[in-house]
Amino acid sequence: MEAQVLFDTLKGKFGDAVVELQGEGCSPAFVVVAPASVQEIARFLRDDPALSFDSLMCLSGVDYKEKFAVAYHLHSMKHRHAIGMKAFLPRETPSLPTVDDVWPAANFHEREAFDLFGIVFEGSKDLRRILLPEDWEGHPLRKDYKYPDFYHGIKV
Amino acid sequence: MTIRTDALPTQEMTINMGPQHPSTHGVLRVILTTDGEVVTRAVPDMGYLHRGLEKIGERVTYAQYMPFTDRLDYLAAMNCNCAWAWTVEKLAKIEVPARAEYLRVIVCELNRISSHLIAFGSYTADMGAFTPFLYAIRERERVNDLFEMLCGNRLTYNYARVGGVSGDAPPGFLEKTKEFLDYFEPKLDEYNNLISYNKIFVHRLANVAVIPAEEAVAYGLTGPNLRGSGVPFDLRKDEPYSVYPKFDFKVCVGTGERGTLGDCFDRYMVRINEMRESVKIVRQAVAQIPDGPVRAKVPRLFKPPVGEAYFRSECPRGETGIYLISDGTVNPLRLKIRTGSFVTMNIFEKVTRGLMIADVVAVIGSFDIILPEIDR
Amino acid sequence: MSPDPAHGQPPGPGPPPAAPLAHGSAPSPGLGPEAHVMVGNADLFVNWSRKSSLWYLLFATACCGIELMQAGASRYDMDRFGAVFRATPRQSDLMLVAGTITHKMADRVKRLYDQMPEPKYVISMGSCANTGGPFYKDSYCVVKGVDLLIPVDVYIPGCPPRPEALIDGIMSLQKIIMRKKNFGAKA
Repeated sequence: MEAQVLFDTLKGKFGDAVVELQGEGCSPAFVVVAPASVQEIARFLRDDPALSFDSLMCLSGVDYKEKFAVAYHLHSMKHRHAIGMKAFLPRETPSLPTVDDVWPAANFHEREAFDLFGIVFEGSKDLRRILLPEDWEGHPLRKDYKYPDFYHGIKV
Repeated sequence: MTIRTDALPTQEMTINMGPQHPSTHGVLRVILTTDGEVVTRAVPDMGYLHRGLEKIGERVTYAQYMPFTDRLDYLAAMNCNCAWAWTVEKLAKIEVPARAEYLRVIVCELNRISSHLIAFGSYTADMGAFTPFLYAIRERERVNDLFEMLCGNRLTYNYARVGGVSGDAPPGFLEKTKEFLDYFEPKLDEYNNLISYNKIFVHRLANVAVIPAEEAVAYGLTGPNLRGSGVPFDLRKDEPYSVYPKFDFKVCVGTGERGTLGDCFDRYMVRINEMRESVKIVRQAVAQIPDGPVRAKVPRLFKPPVGEAYFRSECPRGETGIYLISDGTVNPLRLKIRTGSFVTMNIFEKVTRGLMIADVVAVIGSFDIILPEIDR
Repeated sequence: MSPDPAHGQPPGPGPPPAAPLAHGSAPSPGLGPEAHVMVGNADLFVNWSRKSSLWYLLFATACCGIELMQAGASRYDMDRFGAVFRATPRQSDLMLVAGTITHKMADRVKRLYDQMPEPKYVISMGSCANTGGPFYKDSYCVVKGVDLLIPVDVYIPGCPPRPEALIDGIMSLQKIIMRKKNFGAKA
């Protein structure tokens, strides 16, 4: 399915929650959505028979310096098409609803984004640090992250 | 295995498995809660090999990142090299000479063979049969010799470049590759005779940790783990990249031949059969490889245009997808690597519930996980 | 004394040339003409025993672990040097740190080392364990060398070192062991 057609479908269904189509230079193209309605749009993308995006390829946190984003890469095993979905978040309070009950695959990706960016996924089944130790300070993939000098007395 | 409910009352016990454990394939830690011998919960704890590869990607240039992709999956370094090169080429729309693409396919498939050999060898060793491991290493050393001839290293190759490969195949390489294929193909039957249909081995694997197809898709499993559940999805066929459309090979799927479709045995068998298909691909590639340059002209301090690209390729442990964002400078703005092993671990807690402790080892081995891919 | 006790055969003069056995006579176990004779001080005997059975802890964290596996397998066959892998630190004499050590792993390394019985040795295999390797500059969570955590006897450079280099490292450690003084006045 063409990205433009999909965008129009979503726009017709969700109105203002679907912000724009980010196609220039992006492959696959991204549908930018409002963070608050990520979950219902995700559910629609999965359940609509014409779309049926049943597989979440990737979920990544991104730090665009002035704001954060969460990018979802979706793929449909049935129709063999792919699309990106993106939600921009403010730097101060980065939080949005979880999609791990839509795609169970999201859980680990969300935990990673929480660990490395500090993005909070509300309603997540299990939101803990996944890669770094529990008592690690800060979120290393943020652009303003300062490397610590010592961790448990060992030089970093 | 079934849980006895009428037996004596028991008490739950927490067992720590790893991070130093010979059968967790590295430094995976699993916190097992058991009721007697039966696992009630197995929570994986990862990150013991988290080296910050994604942060490093933001601090080095596109060309400098190539050696780090070797360390992303050291058993299939060629595949990761090429995945990185393909991603950057997709972002910057670089045309790669045909000979380079053929060489990439040859090395990727050879590396798939050597990676599956380790999967086969270490899995059988986990299951208590040490001899097949020695057989597998015997063949793997010959692949290593080929790679050493090609690029001078045995494990971390750093062979691909943005725009091609680092150098043409030395004289005699293609002939040696053919020799290896002739030597290797009958060995697969030897493995099957040696261990694959061994009664004890089959008993350990069949009907253990069955993953139905819908569940495998929902949890995002890819590669042999997905195909083991009977889903014929292979990026080389379904989202063809490079020169894969020119080759004739079949997608191996699990058939449930010794148990239920999607059990450990199916995942194991998919890998064995895939090696045969890889042999087929390499044979065709060696026969068809054209002459010509092996590297496109790419400036040394290369700046791709502003943009975002997601490229996924079929690595031995499933799909390796690289999400790359360029802001037009020499360093990437963001680089996310989605690896097969990381996503596979997500389903681990679900499939191990109710298994025996010894079966947990069988499950870890059947997923063929590798820790740097999980932790990055 | 043999000129190089670190290599191969037991130290001390070899057995006297044995008379050929009469046909049919079984060699007597232990003290017959075939028995090797060791002449030397107790240090030599103890050190020789230690260096000839270096059981190493299979502590493979990253890439070097694969080379370690291959060194132990069919082609390179590290068992020749009496080095066989153990899965538990309690049975090991040698800790082969093969691979990157992260901060999350650091206290586990220390704990494993503490669990090993004396005398114990450490070989740091590969650049990551030596200095942090390629992750030295840009990584936030890699320990810059395992010697910040535990004492190291032999460093093997390489990323990853070839199995030959690893075997050379084991032989270097054997030479170090042969120089140890266990009895008598403290050196």
